Amino acid sequence: MKSRESLPSWYELPIGGISRPNITPESKAGWRFEKPVIDNEKCIRCRLCFLYCPDAAIVESDEKYTTKTGKTYNVSYKINYYFCKGCGICAEECPVKAITMVPEV
Amino acid sequence: MTQVYKSKSLATLSSNKAVAKAVGQLDVDVIAAYPITPQTTIVEELAQMVANGEVKAQYIHVESEHSALSAVVGASIAGARTFTATSSQGLELMHEILHITSGLRLPVVMAVPTRALSAPISIWNDHSDIMNARDTGWIIYFVSSAQEAYDTVIQAYRLAEDREVLLPTIVSYDGFLMSHTYEPVVIESSEDVIEFSPKTWKGYIEEGAVAIGTLASPDYYYEFKYQQVEAMKNALRKAEIIDRDFYKKFGRKNGLVETYRTEDSEIDLLVTGSIWSSLKLAIDKARSNGLRIGGLRLRLYRPLPIDEIEKILAGKEVLVVIDKAISYGLRVAGPLANEIYTNLQSPVKIKSVVAGIGQRTITNEDLYKVILHVYKNKDSPGFTKHTLFYGVRGVELDS
Repeated sequence: MKSRESLPSWYELPIGGISRPNITPESKAGWRFEKPVIDNEKCIRCRLCFLYCPDAAIVESDEKYTTKTGKTYNVSYKINYYFCKGCGICAEECPVKAITMVPEV
Repeated sequence: MTQVYKSKSLATLSSNKAVAKAVGQLDVDVIAAYPITPQTTIVEELAQMVANGEVKAQYIHVESEHSALSAVVGASIAGARTFTATSSQGLELMHEILHITSGLRLPVVMAVPTRALSAPISIWNDHSDIMNARDTGWIIYFVSSAQEAYDTVIQAYRLAEDREVLLPTIVSYDGFLMSHTYEPVVIESSEDVIEFSPKTWKGYIEEGAVAIGTLASPDYYYEFKYQQVEAMKNALRKAEIIDRDFYKKFGRKNGLVETYRTEDSEIDLLVTGSIWSSLKLAIDKARSNGLRIGGLRLRLYRPLPIDEIEKILAGKEVLVVIDKAISYGLRVAGPLANEIYTNLQSPVKIKSVVAGIGQRTITNEDLYKVILHVYKNKDSPGFTKHTLFYGVRGVELDS
């Protein structure tokens, strides 16, 4: 834990307490002990993980993906581990169990 | 009637209509408001302009003032130039969001024709509503004519959207006495208006995702609140510059503190709003009777231009502060009088007077009576100790 004196001064902080990615005072993922991993083969692109994530840590990308069974999807879901707290809501909500929680260490 | 004014023109407008006219010329993107007397005619006018296609804004119909300001907050976060208006109970219902707007540093502009508070119900004017908003972190202008209301709305957007300020701004004026009273108003060309106050606010989401309304732990909260303290200091500096630029462009100087015959005065009266014109008549009468009386009118209430007031009051004997609101339970019960008392670094004696509560009429004769009363009693011991509640039945003015 940092001492209070070493924290940013009022003029170093973004105004209004508005946080932007990468300029947040401290890393937001400090307490994660399990990280979600998406299996692109199983994922049906239902978007539920993206909608349920309480911290917008699931990123929707335009990357195309073709499964081994020959099905092509126009979107892929990835996890921004900088923000992911490892709460596991995505894994819980995934209807096809394509997300598994993997221990960090 | 169209909102595009190609050149300067003269119109007969109430302060409410003057405000609507200015907002119509300022290319506002989102308007949300809920009707309440005496504010209603502003948004009525704006609703009509939007419906007629004269103003290209989104007009959001809401179910309360709390929602009106909330809607505008959301729009402002997205980078919209926004406007809302309210009075009295409406401003009280907004109160929670007033703090959120300033805390999020959103340049929302709001018009507040002031009105008394319930209970009992009064639709008439006094300053109880706006005085309750004084610690909300909003910039507050207090104008005293329809022309000034028009001019100040134009200035307010430029001040609020300044990168070094980014604070919401209220333009307030007396309900009914000004909101429904018609005066000649010079309307500037729309091109000049938008050139003076160009849209500079881009919102917070332009560069991608952000977290709004975050939680600040005891390690961080204080720093964010101090940012607002500094922003207010910048606002005072910028308000002066904007007023000077406005004069250069349009030829009308409103000032932050207006004075009347203060060059050689001994006793001065400090007022806000429409009472100013009556006060000037009362001062003229006192002057013709050999009393050295002067007047000050506060146009910018937050941030308080106390240095300027201090300069004007150098060497004066008595300052009478007239409040149209009561801070209950205090010996000095005028809110503005209290602020002048605590902020002014000057040996001038301050006498608090409360008048015009619930729009009890204050004529120039009433103000002349106050002047005489102060003149006769200024040296008696304990004179400045209590507020004088002028004009209430059962409290006599000893002369």
